[in-house]
Amino acid sequence: MKAEARVKLSEWLVTLPSFVWLLVLFLVPTVLVFAITFKPATPYGGIGEGWTLDTLRTLGNPNYPAIVWRTVWLSIAATALCILLATPMGYYMARVSPSRRRLVLLLVILPFWTSFLVRIFAWKVLLHPEGMLKHALVSLGLISPETSLLYNAYAVLLVMVYTELPFAILPIYAASEKFDFRLIEAAKDLGASSFRAFRSVFLPGIRVGLLTAFLMVFIPSLGSYVIPDIVGGPTSEMIGNKIAQRTFVDRNLPHAAGLSALLTVAVLVPMVAITALRRKENPRSALIEEGV
Amino acid sequence: MRPSRVPLIVTWSVIAFFYIPIAILVANSFNSSRFGGSWESTSLKWYIRLMDEPSIWHALTNTLVIAASATLISMVLGTSAAFALHRFAGSRLQKLHYSIIYTPLVLPEILMGLSMLLFFVALKVQLGLATIAIAHVTFCLSYVAMTVLARLQDFDFSIIEAAQDLGAGWWTTVWKVLLPMLAPGILAGGLLAFTLSIDDFVISFFVAGPGSTTLPIKIYSMIKYGAPPLINALSTILLAITFLCVIASQYLSDRGRRGAA
Repeated sequence: MKAEARVKLSEWLVTLPSFVWLLVLFLVPTVLVFAITFKPATPYGGIGEGWTLDTLRTLGNPNYPAIVWRTVWLSIAATALCILLATPMGYYMARVSPSRRRLVLLLVILPFWTSFLVRIFAWKVLLHPEGMLKHALVSLGLISPETSLLYNAYAVLLVMVYTELPFAILPIYAASEKFDFRLIEAAKDLGASSFRAFRSVFLPGIRVGLLTAFLMVFIPSLGSYVIPDIVGGPTSEMIGNKIAQRTFVDRNLPHAAGLSALLTVAVLVPMVAITALRRKENPRSALIEEGV
Repeated sequence: MRPSRVPLIVTWSVIAFFYIPIAILVANSFNSSRFGGSWESTSLKWYIRLMDEPSIWHALTNTLVIAASATLISMVLGTSAAFALHRFAGSRLQKLHYSIIYTPLVLPEILMGLSMLLFFVALKVQLGLATIAIAHVTFCLSYVAMTVLARLQDFDFSIIEAAQDLGAGWWTTVWKVLLPMLAPGILAGGLLAFTLSIDDFVISFFVAGPGSTTLPIKIYSMIKYGAPPLINALSTILLAITFLCVIASQYLSDRGRRGAA
């Protein structure tokens, strides 16, 4: 009994520092976002006294449904494209020689570690009206000189895929590496075509990796803010842009909190669903285990 | 049957897709033309102009001060968290502990940024370097914990038992056996935290105050309102530094893996 109590005490001792830190600086602020939604704003950008439903009423703003819809479709499209590209990559990386695999892995991790803003900026330079790509496409006669490659929803989607692809590749690769490729041989021996074997044996086999990839790409996508801000225009704004606008331009914190509360709920739904789906399989983040 | 070539083609196309924009950016930093639509002449003029920007140096100092303090604190908190998660795995407290550590990893940064801004405003805390550093510890902690946890998975705990059988006390075991053996993992986690902290824009932007401009905040305002060629030059320097850091961290984690095997 006494030894048991000592074990319990040492568990609390090593758990408390990180637990308390995250409780105070992560959980409490997240709950606060919901509370501040019901507070009035002060003219100086602060939070007023008392309670109000003002923010909830402004959420009925007719511009919002279009922005919410755009946020959702851009995130779904980015996630689908990332998984579509990452799956054959995971397959390839799991099958090649270890030295080639290490090289590909390093090449995938490098951009993942480079400055996020720099990577977005690289695309702004490339797609710029006076940039290289525009010149090349115009001189090949593929686009008219008036076409803008920047400041539209497709530019946002392209850069979202560019920055988020490593988050899909790493978990899918981690799952593919554990996959037993003899199962594919067996399927082929039994008469399945390569594609059939890939679809009916390989894809279910890397299910955990696909789910993690979905989570790692879809959820951060919903909160995109810098990408639409830099390569998007007024017609490609997402919820994140509105949150930033309310915070920095209008200085209306309760309003920003209301939008954040909405986004938090939108993010929690797929997160809880996926966590429930893979609970029995592999609770550890494949990305962290294999990637870095 | 011949294996399909699709995976090979997709893989190398994606890698080209990753590096082409970066390569063009680096090339343009040596181009004296403003937008790089055409090649005027090779020059270092943007690098020289960069040296005369005191605000960049000031932002860099802020970034390094924040990154160093956030890394140190998150290394301590993260290592202790990973140890708790591993040693007491399965207990109800650790399940809760795991969720609270895992969630910040997937939550969009903007939510963390705004929620912490509201928290500091509600408590009437003066925004500045300290609030940025506190915010950085909050997300770095999870990354350090996960990295160290991954190393603990293939850690041979019989060594700990051997040390204790030989008469080492709890403190001696931790200090002389556990920490030195986990050092590569802790360092890899610290390096990851440092890189993430240096690179963070969204969260820093929300909790920054007057005078606490960090390098990413400075780069952002240059992208929005400033001179593209200067950012090309600055980006090239940053890319060179990150590439070196990644190679160093790969080397450390490889050594850690081999050491544990």
